Amino acid sequence: MIPELGHFALVLALLLAAAQSILPLVGAARGETRGALLMATGPTTAVAHALFVSLSFGCLMWSFAVSDFSVENVAQNSHSLKPMLYKITGTWGNHEGSMLLWLLILALSSGAVAVFGQNLPATLKARVLAVLGMVATGFLLFTLVTSNPFNRVWPLPEDGQDLNPLLQDPGLAFHPPFLYLGYVGTAVAFAFACAALIEGRVDAAWGRWVRPWTLAAWCALTLGIGLGSWWAYYELGWGGFWFWDPVENASLMPWLLATALLHSAIVVEKREALKVWTILLAILTFSLSLLGTFLVRSGVLNSVHAFANDPERGVFILILLAITVGGSLLLFAWRAPSLEPKGIFAPISREGSLVLNNLLLATSCAVVFVGTLYPLFADLAFGARITVGPPFFNAAVFPVFVPLMVAMAVGPLLPWKRADLWAALARLRLAAAIVLVFAVLYIAAVDRRLLPALGFALALWIVLAAATDLADRIRLGRIPFAESLARARGLPRGIVGGIIAHAAVGICLAGIAGKGIAPERITLMRPGETTTVGPHTLRFDGLRDISGPNWRGTAGTLTLLRDGREVATLSPQRRFYPVQRMSTTEAAIRTSGVADLYAVIGETSEEGQTVVRLHWNPLAPWIWVGTVLMAVGGLVSLSDRRLRVGAPARRRREAAVPAPAE
Amino acid sequence: MRALLLALLLAAAPALAIPAKAIVDPREMLPDPAQEERARAIGKELRCLVCQNQSIDDSNAGLARDLRRIVRERVAAGDSNEQVIAFVTDRYGDYVRLTPPLNAVTVALWASPAIVLAFGALAVLAFYRRRRAIAPPPPLTEEERARLARLSAE
Repeated sequence: MIPELGHFALVLALLLAAAQSILPLVGAARGETRGALLMATGPTTAVAHALFVSLSFGCLMWSFAVSDFSVENVAQNSHSLKPMLYKITGTWGNHEGSMLLWLLILALSSGAVAVFGQNLPATLKARVLAVLGMVATGFLLFTLVTSNPFNRVWPLPEDGQDLNPLLQDPGLAFHPPFLYLGYVGTAVAFAFACAALIEGRVDAAWGRWVRPWTLAAWCALTLGIGLGSWWAYYELGWGGFWFWDPVENASLMPWLLATALLHSAIVVEKREALKVWTILLAILTFSLSLLGTFLVRSGVLNSVHAFANDPERGVFILILLAITVGGSLLLFAWRAPSLEPKGIFAPISREGSLVLNNLLLATSCAVVFVGTLYPLFADLAFGARITVGPPFFNAAVFPVFVPLMVAMAVGPLLPWKRADLWAALARLRLAAAIVLVFAVLYIAAVDRRLLPALGFALALWIVLAAATDLADRIRLGRIPFAESLARARGLPRGIVGGIIAHAAVGICLAGIAGKGIAPERITLMRPGETTTVGPHTLRFDGLRDISGPNWRGTAGTLTLLRDGREVATLSPQRRFYPVQRMSTTEAAIRTSGVADLYAVIGETSEEGQTVVRLHWNPLAPWIWVGTVLMAVGGLVSLSDRRLRVGAPARRRREAAVPAPAE
Repeated sequence: MRALLLALLLAAAPALAIPAKAIVDPREMLPDPAQEERARAIGKELRCLVCQNQSIDDSNAGLARDLRRIVRERVAAGDSNEQVIAFVTDRYGDYVRLTPPLNAVTVALWASPAIVLAFGALAVLAFYRRRRAIAPPPPLTEEERARLARLSAE
């Protein structure tokens, strides 16, 4: 009964979304007064649509929670012995359920626009809701026609087939919701872009409405990608955190463009410039989110043949993609020329630095795009089977990222409209001197490998530049400390958030560079033997059998020794999940916050020797500390009074740029 | 994310097995550390043909193990890195190389970063040129000047 209720709610949601995509649009076309009644249906249908999708999602979750194996999706992806947490998160650990999650987040977003968008002009709001309704209609239709999660199965299976054990993990359990929050959040920016094109008007106010949504989506996407890579780090068992896998790239591309969008929307808001480009970015960002969905859902990237195995879904999404991207780009080509350019600025200026930011981010996104899709292209166009792997991406993205990292330190120090580059650089001379001394000392005394050294130097440069920016703004050292503190409290949240996020990029980069110098040790060990990795000495103390609710396994004991004393034990595991007939490794990670000691055990030979793989990863935790801090910076910025929806307007504080010293 | 893909693939094609976790067996290793390091570096350049986007160095699949052994045999026999990669490519095709070779098929791939950046830079340049053509805002009128003077005097 519950699954039927969910199915029924989903059908109702489809009808409501269809109404949401047509009625408000017609109303807006009729004008403020004549169309008022029709436009008023926008928020109503959006809220009802959100409620019914939520009900439907709740029903599926319920079916998973009570292990209702008469539902095909539950039977295929769950098991009665699975821990409750993973029964619930298993709701989205499969194709059908994850589509429903996608729809839920989209519906909640459009509901949020309906409820919180009270200060939007009526026609703009109606059009935004209509565009969101159209996207929802397409994907509701897709889910109901090709991926219905509520199909029943007969005869009733005795038990479920269990969830892929790799997915039974807290990191991955919450990775998809964040990622989808990010993907779908870009749909709101997309809807605002389309609505603005229909209206034919983009102004500073538009920039201000779009920014919080973009910022929220960007934060979620950042956290989602971070969670995914963290999971890969501790679960996949060979200590890497990013593999340039097509599915990873599918989430990185929208992130790169969302980052660009975030910055160009600032220019629209502050200076009413870059409007056309910002609209295009919003469209492209969402298009890439959809493309990501298509690539993952269709399996087309792994081989054209996998696509042919399940053509119905792939073709359906491809058509949706073509309609959405093609339609919005047509709209763009038709309406964008009517947007009047405004706000002149010199190439050397804050705006100019943001143009450079956009150029480099868009380029890196294009490079990832080409690299990800090229094997498919080569297959279709030349019949050649090639692989584009991590070495290509590293080599291609690196030259674009280095100037980006150098410039991102300087950009925030430039004033709007027209700037003196040398004055900005002069403010950074202390930072530059420190970086230079560090680089020389590091290469001379610590490690001669150039790439990691460059990474560390750039990381330090970014962090120091962010610190310089902050110190200058609060006039640290030039006025009494208490006054500086008062100034710090008075800084607009948007500025503070930006400084935090920029510094976080530096911290993350330091972590990534740290992986470049991480030593590892792979060795065979008998109980009682010791080995070393990096600065650490470990003793292997043997294996023991362990078991969990739906798995059994082996745990090794490694004792960390310092001067012969026992300091800590690490317990890496190998698990076997009988239902799925799969084994997994669980790495043991001991972190000091500055470095990780990472241990994995492999098979044991007949002679009683166990394969032990150890990594010492200096600064590795900073990768995720930096990622989380980036999102924190975004959230701080989001809490800026100026962006808070419905907050009374406060006198705008111009970004006060103190005169350079001397 | 990779597992998500794998899970989906599994649903579609049950024949595809998920490779077990990579732990290079120390017994596979070459006695000479310099040679072993080279073998590892070569291994990172070669794709495990039955896995999802993994290098043979990262994979525990049987085929990857065989390829690792071949790589080590060649390295021990005195081949250079290029010779080893050529040896494997001759048997398995370019598909096995994680860094695609530069040839007629891939020239567009390798040129793409430069092309994209050049087009982007040209677009930015054109943007600034067009900008310069836009008339600057009209100079202040006498009245505005007076008001500005009044405001700055305050």
